[in-house]
Amino acid sequence: MVSMGAPYRYRRQSRSKRPLRWAAAAFGCAVLSSLAGCQAAILDPQGPVGAAEKTILYNSLAIMLAIVVPTIVAIFWFAWWFRAANTRARYLPDWAYSGRIELVTWAIPVLVILFLGGICWVGAHELDPAKPLKSAAKPLEIQAVSLDWKWLFIYPGQGIAAVNQLTVPAGVPLHFSLTSASVLNTFFVPQLGSMIYTMNGMSDQLNLQADKPGVYYGQSAQFSGDGFSGMHFEVNAVAADRFDAWVGTVRGGGPALDAASYATLAQQSANVPPFTYRSAQPGLYDMIVTQKIAPGPGPTPEVSPKTEADDAR
Amino acid sequence: MTIAAADPNRVGDLGRSDARGRGEGGPAPKRVVVAFGFWIFLLSDIVMFSAFFAAYAVLAGQTAGGPSGSQIFDVRGVAVETGCLLASSFACGLASISAGARSRLWFYVAMAVTFILGAAFVGLEVSEFAGLVERGDGPQRSAFLTAFFTVVGCHGLHVSAGLLWLLTMMAQVFAKGFRPDILRRMLCFSLFWHALDIIWVALFTVVYLLGAGA
Amino acid sequence: MLGKLTWSAIPFDQPIPLIAGAVVALVLLGVLVLVVVKGWLPYLWNDWITSVDHKRIGVMYILLAIVMLFRGFIDAVMIRSQQALAFHAPGYLPPEHYDQIFSAHGTIMIFFAGMPLMIGLMNFAVPLQLGVRDVAFPTFNSVGFWLTATGALLVNISLVVGEFARTGWLPYPPLSELRYSPGVGVDYYLWALEISGVGTLMTGINLVATILKMRAPGMSYLRMPMFCWTALASNLLIVAAFPILTATLAMLLLDRYLGFHFFTNTGGGNMMMFMNLIWAWGHPEVYILVLPAFGVFSEVVSTFSSKPLFGYRSMVAATMAICIISFMVWLHHFFTMGAGSDVNAIFGIATMIIAVPTGVKIFNWLFTMYGGRIRFATPMLWAIGFMVTFVVGGMTGVLLAIPPADFVLHNSLFLVAHFHNVIISGVLFGGFAGLSYWFPKAFGFRLHEGWGKAAFWLSLLGFLVVFVPLYGAGLAGMTRRLQHYDVAEWRPWVLWAGVGIVIMTAAAACQVIQLVVSIRRRDELRDLSGDPWDGRSLEWATSSPPPAFNFPVLPDVEDAEAYWGIKLRAQEEAAEPDYQPIEMPRNSPTGVFCAFFATMMGFALIWHIWWLFGLGFVGGYAAFVLCAWRDADEYEIPAEEVARIDRVHRRTRRDALAVGPRP
Repeated sequence: MVSMGAPYRYRRQSRSKRPLRWAAAAFGCAVLSSLAGCQAAILDPQGPVGAAEKTILYNSLAIMLAIVVPTIVAIFWFAWWFRAANTRARYLPDWAYSGRIELVTWAIPVLVILFLGGICWVGAHELDPAKPLKSAAKPLEIQAVSLDWKWLFIYPGQGIAAVNQLTVPAGVPLHFSLTSASVLNTFFVPQLGSMIYTMNGMSDQLNLQADKPGVYYGQSAQFSGDGFSGMHFEVNAVAADRFDAWVGTVRGGGPALDAASYATLAQQSANVPPFTYRSAQPGLYDMIVTQKIAPGPGPTPEVSPKTEADDAR
Repeated sequence: MTIAAADPNRVGDLGRSDARGRGEGGPAPKRVVVAFGFWIFLLSDIVMFSAFFAAYAVLAGQTAGGPSGSQIFDVRGVAVETGCLLASSFACGLASISAGARSRLWFYVAMAVTFILGAAFVGLEVSEFAGLVERGDGPQRSAFLTAFFTVVGCHGLHVSAGLLWLLTMMAQVFAKGFRPDILRRMLCFSLFWHALDIIWVALFTVVYLLGAGA
Repeated sequence: MLGKLTWSAIPFDQPIPLIAGAVVALVLLGVLVLVVVKGWLPYLWNDWITSVDHKRIGVMYILLAIVMLFRGFIDAVMIRSQQALAFHAPGYLPPEHYDQIFSAHGTIMIFFAGMPLMIGLMNFAVPLQLGVRDVAFPTFNSVGFWLTATGALLVNISLVVGEFARTGWLPYPPLSELRYSPGVGVDYYLWALEISGVGTLMTGINLVATILKMRAPGMSYLRMPMFCWTALASNLLIVAAFPILTATLAMLLLDRYLGFHFFTNTGGGNMMMFMNLIWAWGHPEVYILVLPAFGVFSEVVSTFSSKPLFGYRSMVAATMAICIISFMVWLHHFFTMGAGSDVNAIFGIATMIIAVPTGVKIFNWLFTMYGGRIRFATPMLWAIGFMVTFVVGGMTGVLLAIPPADFVLHNSLFLVAHFHNVIISGVLFGGFAGLSYWFPKAFGFRLHEGWGKAAFWLSLLGFLVVFVPLYGAGLAGMTRRLQHYDVAEWRPWVLWAGVGIVIMTAAAACQVIQLVVSIRRRDELRDLSGDPWDGRSLEWATSSPPPAFNFPVLPDVEDAEAYWGIKLRAQEEAAEPDYQPIEMPRNSPTGVFCAFFATMMGFALIWHIWWLFGLGFVGGYAAFVLCAWRDADEYEIPAEEVARIDRVHRRTRRDALAVGPRP
């Protein structure tokens, strides 16, 4: 073999492998400790949907780690053992094919994917956001509208509404219908589970449940403009009787939600403190979805003449 | 065959015909490479049209209270347009043959006929669009009309660009004659023109014929 | 007269862009003055700007990529520092500004750093590896480069004239529609990408035609180096996917400029269609970026293990499988849009299937190392660092491919960590590996090993310290693109990521120092033999740098590893070849002229200066036709000149071999 004089100092290589191993150890610890973080909301679910999703996460991770960890170990091991300075290692300059190894290297990923594919199919169907939850209790209907840049929650059964706060009874399935006043947003309460897009002119569905009373963080998970970061809300899960009491309190005071006050709400505003509406006009949500109420305005009143003409239609 | 003899970049032997570019003979001759590259461009252009077709398919039903296809399409007018375009393709074929036979006169005649027929196509299309806009059924009226104007208009823009290219080709032949590189460009132009024909066939089938039946 | 352009477009009231713009303007002015005063302008014009040589164009692409990589990295530093500061506090970047920064970060990194880096490497190496003299269409190659530069220029102009998009790197409607983004920002984005997209498509056509129709005699498909296979797959994807981007952005432009209703809320528009179209391009795009990097790693691992690549045929099969399947998975970018469980599950499974060929590649690289004699030069370190970190990124990708998992992790920092994991370890590490691997070939001297290794270790460490905490933040529920936040649990993760970005800054500094030191010490680092790494493919048979015509005579290829076979048979000491005159393509100013007028048109369209657009259109077409009017497309290098150049190289190489390895 003609060597072209690669100018390496073979001494250096044994030293250069050690930092690699330290890095690997540190990396592994970082990964594991990050996963063990007990503050991680997704890994500390408070409802059946989130709990099922956490199980899927852990199971899939375990299946894949069974391949990934040995692979990483093998990479380090081969790199270390077959370093040029190691004269004990066999040099196989012409070995470039092995049918048996090929069979294994194709088969292992295929088998893993078959397994995970099954989890994927079953999980996607069981945790379809529109699928009602199994429960003896009757679901509570909530209609959620994302505006720029706050959340409106209408309780059609109770005839009230709230902005940037969501009080719900614990242990009761919640059936959300969601839409947007303007741009794309995503309704997401990490500790309860699945998120879903909100889109103007369309209504989609989500089923969640908070098992225990508690306060959970909710947000929009789709960037929607300058006020996006302030678009979070508190989910207050309370005992069922306390929920009824809360509804009664809300009915006692505060503004009324109708087309006019909705139009005011739809103007762009950020970091809106939570408040409630003592009444909610029936059918308001459907009017928003079917665009009988026009989509929310943008940042300035002067929009291009063509877009104004759209509203006139 | 020595290595040097197989090199198409060596002066004196502009590409050997047995070099197939699949490894046996070395790089393919220029004419083959240019045509192949242009075909790939045409395929990419067809992908772009497919995106517009897909948008049309999605939005075809969104008339937003405005007219639907059956209410605005004039199938007879479209038939005339189609005749013009197909005839212009035939004329373009004649132009290619004339170039192959190195006949300047017939080349100019055939190209001029191609131009006239192509311009007629564009003219008819523009008047169709203008008529719709005057009636208030322009692309801003509804998503269906948006998609219609865009997919048909994109084709019309391609034809217009082709007309500009056509004139440039005539000017080049006039100034330089039937040089090998100009012949290669003429090959690309005719491929382009025929491809626009194929896309038009798809267009009037999907948009006009199926839409008018709806 | 000037459309929407007024003095208020210049951000006099915002210190950060104003100062940044002033600094850039001063630097550019300084460079220009230096060039003019030293009389370098004729050299730059003749040898670089109007060059149609694939090697020169490749270097210019990479230069563009590196400059834009720095710009994008500065954006990243600003994002991380803002988030580190903005707990129960406003931070130092108001939302209007912060939103532009993360949008610019993504846009620049993908379109003007990642793509040009990979395209530059492919441009430089593919013709050399195929044993031919240039790509299929050299002049179009130049046009493609300059149009890409136009896009980059427009994005950078938006920093000081007007604003950039505030929608994220993909402008989802309805936010990107005129009603909700009435400024010029989205228009800057759209025109920059439409113009550079044309350039990228040209590259795609060029390289596909080159690889399929122009190879040295005897180089059948299964004798092509692996990098050429991945380049083929990547460019096939460009040809098939970029037209979709062109069409989709055109639809958004029509909505914004002419009031069309493709994606509007009213009039029947469908914003979900934008998601489908843009991701039908977007998913192939990430494979366009990573496949050439995979090719680089195949070359590097094989060369530095002193062994042929293991399982060449299954690598080819895996590459083409990735190419095809990448078109079948796009919906996994919006599982949460509510398409229904059947659709979601099918796309989830398709996404997992693409992990199979990727996994096979990792195993093949692993077994290339097995039985090798591994040298840990800088390129090999990048490759091993890639292998170790990429498997984790791929794993989190498969995790996200399961719809119910995505339902809690979509758009979170977990997602951000996943795609940075695969892009940084794939594309960035691959780019750096390719740079340090082929640098000596391009410039005739190696890069300094010590600083290169420092850059690698700091990059690896910095990457881990930024993104492992971001996985944690995502699992803690933190969503992406937040300008400020109030959740205490997220704070430690965000602070750690802030530490990591400092480490990555140190890594970037090492890269700069490496370049400066290498240039100053270039005589010590000189590569005289043309083959500093004991390479196995044809580019190492040429001198460093190669002559304009690459090979005096196209090599006859008889083995799967063309150059290795030649070396084994010690053929290079054979008698001189039969020198013949060579025809080479002439330089052309077409590229730079087209780009000039394209910039004019783009700027005019953004600011609604219609007469300027007309001027640009007419001028551009006229310039193009004028350049096409030239009579002499090629020039001839006489046989004696070819012989003279080659004899110098043969003598230098013989002498270098006689002296032996440098101490």
